[in-house]
Formats: sequence, structure tokens, C-alpha cells
Amino acid sequence: MKVELRNIHKFFGRVHANDDITLTIPQGTIQGILGENGAGKSTLMKILSGFIQADGGEILLDDKVVKIASPSDAIRQGVGMLHQDPLDFPPMRVIDNLLIGHAGGLFPARKQVAAAIQKLQSQFGFNIDLDAFVDSLTVGERQQLEILRLLWMGARTLILDEPTTGISAIQKAKLFETLRILAGQGMTVIFVSHKLEDVEGLCGQVVVLSRGKLVGQASPPYVTDNLVQMMFGKVVTLGERQNMTAEDLRFQVRDLAIEDYRLQIRNVNLDLRRGEVVGLAGMEGSGQLQFLRACAGIIRPVHGAIQLGAKTLHGQPYHAFQNAGIKYVPASRMEEGLIPGLTLSEHFMLTEERPGFFIDREEAAGLTRQGIQDFYIKGTPASTVESLSGGNQQRALLALLRSPIDLLLMEHPSRGLDIESTIWIWSKLKERCRQGTSIIFISADLDEVLHYSDRILVFFNGKVSLPLDAAATTVDQLGQLIGGKGW
Amino acid sequence: MHDRKSRWISAAFQVLAVVTALLFTTAVMLLVKAQPLEAYKNILIGSFGSVTKISDVLVAWVPLLLAASGLLVTFAAGLWNIGIEGQITLGAIFATGMLRLLQDSALPPELIILLGFVAGAAGGMLWAGLVGLLKIYGGVNEIFGGLGMNFVSTALTIWLIFGPWKRPGVGSMSGTEPFDPSLWLPMLPGLRLSPWSLVIAIAAILIVFLLLQGTHFGLRLKAVGRNGRAAFLMGVPTARYMFLAFILCGLFAGLAGSVQVLAVYHRLIPSISSGYGFLGLMIAMLVNYQALWVAPVALFFAALNIGSIQLPIVLKLDSTLSGVLQGALVLFVLVMDGVRRRFTQKR
Repeated sequence: MKVELRNIHKFFGRVHANDDITLTIPQGTIQGILGENGAGKSTLMKILSGFIQADGGEILLDDKVVKIASPSDAIRQGVGMLHQDPLDFPPMRVIDNLLIGHAGGLFPARKQVAAAIQKLQSQFGFNIDLDAFVDSLTVGERQQLEILRLLWMGARTLILDEPTTGISAIQKAKLFETLRILAGQGMTVIFVSHKLEDVEGLCGQVVVLSRGKLVGQASPPYVTDNLVQMMFGKVVTLGERQNMTAEDLRFQVRDLAIEDYRLQIRNVNLDLRRGEVVGLAGMEGSGQLQFLRACAGIIRPVHGAIQLGAKTLHGQPYHAFQNAGIKYVPASRMEEGLIPGLTLSEHFMLTEERPGFFIDREEAAGLTRQGIQDFYIKGTPASTVESLSGGNQQRALLALLRSPIDLLLMEHPSRGLDIESTIWIWSKLKERCRQGTSIIFISADLDEVLHYSDRILVFFNGKVSLPLDAAATTVDQLGQLIGGKGW
Repeated sequence: MHDRKSRWISAAFQVLAVVTALLFTTAVMLLVKAQPLEAYKNILIGSFGSVTKISDVLVAWVPLLLAASGLLVTFAAGLWNIGIEGQITLGAIFATGMLRLLQDSALPPELIILLGFVAGAAGGMLWAGLVGLLKIYGGVNEIFGGLGMNFVSTALTIWLIFGPWKRPGVGSMSGTEPFDPSLWLPMLPGLRLSPWSLVIAIAAILIVFLLLQGTHFGLRLKAVGRNGRAAFLMGVPTARYMFLAFILCGLFAGLAGSVQVLAVYHRLIPSISSGYGFLGLMIAMLVNYQALWVAPVALFFAALNIGSIQLPIVLKLDSTLSGVLQGALVLFVLVMDGVRRRFTQKR
């Protein structure tokens, strides 16, 4: 099936997630779509597979303009999408999972379906027991199941969103082989990924998205440096670097091991000095979030030691970490950071330890006004947090941090902020560093990581690099490591 | 300016909801060929027609107010305390137990009554605390836990009435042996109303209002209810606050049960909670969890309950008509709230 996208636009509020994207994918090819987190890859694929509708532009399948109203509409027209997280029903049997999506009469035709699936299985050398329960399958097998389901339902174009996350090297080889067979049979495969190695090894054609725009394309032989340049290549001047030189040890992580349903992180070691900033780089889902949360005591590591100063923290609950002087700032402001329905003033009252049973409203309002003034929040003490803009919510989150803090752990401190607010927020954070606060933060923005960190840890698929000296690292080097090259 | 406008819109929708509920109930009555106007008139006369009637309404108001006060606390913490019926029942059982234990002692009756209240409150807290522990440590949703505990409390009441606490000779559905009038909470002359129970109920709603409006405790409860995850990350011990919310609600529910025993029935009867717990849930939803409105709305519900008692006699209508109206009211208020949100979102 030939797939053509013409001038696709999609807005989420003020964010232009897809900006005039035009792309033609001939039948029987494997098309790679490369880009960093938030580049607009998933949005584009969701438009093609009917999850969301474009605000402008058109989709052509085999040279006919089509409207794709829903995922089931998409599969009827031959477009199937394999999601990053498998869309199946773990407590049910494999065969029932297949029957669920099948339009049919009152009584499912179990036997015929089983026979059809077995035929498909032999074609690709899959070996899934149809009577097994889905939760007994590996991630790789669940992926195969999903591919089988889509093919059986008549997909002629297959979209795979980050399919190599969480599967083993053998399973990956198997998947690639399957995709090549499919392409050989005339199927169109669209392979969405941020992993350079995968895209280079598999795709006959690659386009790169960045900030909602299609910024370039390439065909084999690929030059890795050019791809990295297209993915991350932007130049922003951020002012002068400031390095901390204090030598006294503040925070220690020894042989930390974290396990998650899809990631295993082993043997992480980190010595953090007073006032030092360590940036965690890596594609989303590479393990940096788990590491940061383990440092905060939110996730309990399976093994290893965490120490703040002389205090031993591992094995203790989150609130013990907090009382010891570790503060955590989540990225999802309205889900984890702030409380919708409560005012700014009430937030200040929640985070400040105040004596007495009754709330001193005067004092609360005064404190809040001070915070609003210090952090330039556009709002009043009586504003509810959901009425603030994203940038002001982020400022409010920072204003709520109780001084003194020994260690500040932040997820994406500048996500969704314009460059000026980012610079301003970092000036506030650096001010804290000068007073002795150490910071560990996650960011998807390589410039932010390089510019504000003293040292950097790179995460890739659960592996963690040794700390890199930020001053001696370039965007290209970092981009390669993040994409899984040079490990 | 904009705020005031949206408040007016909100009020208009609430009035619309009440009107729709009345229309709906009228339609139901027309369907069964009753005269709606007569019915409404009778409800009105039946609830406010005489001093006795008014005092009866207040008698029903007390447990409603207590239950709704407690529920405001659990709702603030984002919890659906369906188990409040059982908590009221346990309050009644514990109060009865304490009185049976001490009725032959030499203690002054005032002290026995006071200890009855203390025991009742403890009973309610025990039952609510169990639901809370199941929720926090057992992962049992408080709706299921509460529902289960309600059944257990009913069975416990029946067993006590027909078993260990049965009347001399033979146990009966009319309940346990009534207490000596000296152990009754003092009542107004000629009426079934005790001023003391009124004091308790009004104190309860005032305390809850202050707690939720002006204290750190109330603020943290609200934070837990509105976004438990964020509250936890901010450092609020969420499990402890959820548990405390249950305990507080159980305290008020237990007091409601004690009032039913000490001031109304003077014994334990099979359905001692009389559904006041569930009515309390409806009231809390109807007032959108605003403490200020609980007292008047609870009074309205109590009036409906009492006023409809004479419907079967006068109009040959079942007294459950008041339930139809109460239920319709809650449903339409919730529906209208949804409609309003859609309406205001569009623009």
C-alpha cells in the first residue's frame, strides 16, 4: 500500500505538534521516522492510524484521499498500528485477545480463527501458544501477537512505535527479520524510533522530525553524524557556564540496582558534591526516571546503598528521604506536583511547616505574596493552580520548595517553558547551588543538560554511563550515546 | 466579575434541577393516578403542620446532620464512606451495650448517658477504622469494604436482639427491652425532641465546618482528596490522613447511632440506622460537599421523610414517595451540574 501524507498540521493548544508535514512512502518499503522526544513522531502516527484527527492536510492511501475517523476505521482501510505499550488484555487467553477485535456474530468462530492464525504463524516462524494467557508471554511475544492480530485483521500498512524498547537482542533480530519479510511481500512498514542503530540497520529510507517539522531525510548508506545533527541540531546561546568546585561529598549512591517490568538497571554509582549539578540524559524510558525516583525514595531499589551526608537512607520510606533534606519535583505538574482546586496560598500552607492547629490566613497570604513576587508568578494568592499557565505553574512549584534543601531532584525543570523562563529558572536554581544545594535533573534537551550540569550520566536501555565531564562533552557525543552508539 | 457571572449561572442550573425533580416526581404521581398537589400539600402539613410535627422533623434532622457532617470529612479526603450505615448501627449497639452494662449500677444516670455516648462514638470509630485499615493496608476499596461491614452490622444487630439481648421470654422484631426513663436523654415536655441531641448535631456541623475551612488538618485532608499523589510527594502522610478521616466520620456516625438509642428509641431495634447514613450521602452530594448548606438541606430531607408518613393514611399513597423525590433531586442536581459544565466549557 502506498501511503502519502500531504501538508499535515496538528495543534495542541499553542503547540504546533505537526507543522506542514509531507511524506510519501512507496509500497513494500520500510520507512524510518527518527526524532527526539516531543518531535511530533507519535502525533503524526496517531493521525495516520485514526487515534486523532489532523487540523489540516490530507492522507492518501493508494492515491485515494481518505478520511480516517478512528483506529477501527484505520484497520478497515488497511492501516494498523503497533503501540509502544502492547494493547492487549493480560489476564485473557491469546485466542480470546484475537477474537475481541474481530467483528463477528454472537458466537466467535474459535476454530477457523485459530487455523488462520496458525497459518500466519508458520509464515513468520512465530510460535505462540494460542491457549496461553497473555500475561505469561514475554514483551517480544506480545509484540508478535499484536503483529499477527493486525495482519489477520487485514493491515497492509504496519506502523511500529518504538518497538525495540524492552525486548532482547535476539527478539529484536527476529522482529527485524519479520519486518523485512513483510516488506518483501509488499507491505508498507513505518518504523518510529529514536534509536539510530535500529533505524540504520533496518530502514530503506529515513525522515527526521524535529519540533514538529520534517527537517530532513536520508537513505543508505547513513552518516550517523548527519542524523544526529538533524535530530538535535539547534543552536541556542545560554550565557556563561558556571561550575561548582566545592569538594565535600554530599550524596552517595553505591551499586544501585533497580528493577522495573521492562527495565533492569544495575550497578549505578554516583558521588555528588555539595552544590554540584548532575544532568541525566537519555531517551524517555531509558531508566533515568527510575534512577531519579530511587534517589528520592519513591522507588525502592532491589539492591544498593544511598547516603546523604552521614545519613543512611536506603530502605527507608519517601518521607524519611524528604525529612533528611531531599526534595523531589515531578514533571507532570497537575498530576503529581500541584493540587487542582486548591489556591496558591493553600499550597504554601501545605508545604510550610506552621505551628498551630488553625491556619493563620494573614500569614499565609503574606507568605504567598512574597513567593509570587520572588518568582514572578502571574497570579494572586487566591488563584487556583489550574488557572495558572504552564510556566507559572512551574514557577509556583519552585516557589513552594522549602529552603534549606540538601539535594534537589528534578524531572524536566524547563519542560514546556520558553527559553527566557528556562534561563530565569536556572538562575534561581544556580543561586541555590551557591548556597550548597546539590541538584540531579532529567532533561530531554541536550543543550540544557550540557549547559547546566557539572557532570552528566547518560542512560540507554537501562545501562548507565560513567559520569561525563559536561564541559568536555559535545552535543554530538551526547547524541550518539543517547542513540545507543559508542557504548 | 466573571466569577460572579459563573456563580449566577451555577445557581440558575441548581434551581432548574430542583424544578425538574419536582416535575419528575409529579409525573410519577400522575402515572399512578394520584393527585400531586394534594400529595405536596399533605407533605407540607405533615412536616410543619403543628409543633409536634416540627419537633418530629427535628428529631429526624439530628441523625441526618450528624451523618452528613461525618461524610463531609470523608468526602474531603476523596473517600466514599458507604459504610456509614454500619457505623451508625455499631454506635447504637455500643451505646445500648454500655447502658445495659451500667443500668443496674449505682452510677448517676447522667454519667451513664454520657458513657453511652462515649461508647457509641467508639463503636462508630471502630467500624470506620476497620474500613480504613482494609482500604489502606488491604487494598480493599472503601465502597466494598463499607458495604460488607454494613451487612455484618445488620446481622450483628439481629443476633443481639434475638440472642444475648432478647427480651425476657421471647425475642421480637420490636427490639430489646426499653431502658428506664431515667436513662433517656431529657426531652422537651410533651415532645419527642431532646434539646441535647440538637446541641450535639449543631456542634458537629460547626466543628466540621471549622475543621475544613480553617485548619491545617482540613487543608491536608482536601489535598489528599483532590490529588493524593501530589499531596504525598509534597510530604503529607496520605495514609494517616485517610485513616483519620474514616475515624472522624465514624465518630459522628457513632454519635448518630447513640442519639437514636438514647433519645429516640430507648432500646436497640433491628433497623436502628433507618437509612439515615445513605440519606446523608445524598445530602453531601446535593450540597456539593459545602458544609454551609448541609443544615438547611438536611432539614428539607427530614421534612420530606416526616411529611410523607401520613400519605398512606390520607391519600393511600406509599410513603416512599419522599424517597422518589429525594432521589430525583440528587440525580437531577448531578445531571444539571454535568450539563452546566458542558455549557460553560463550550464558550
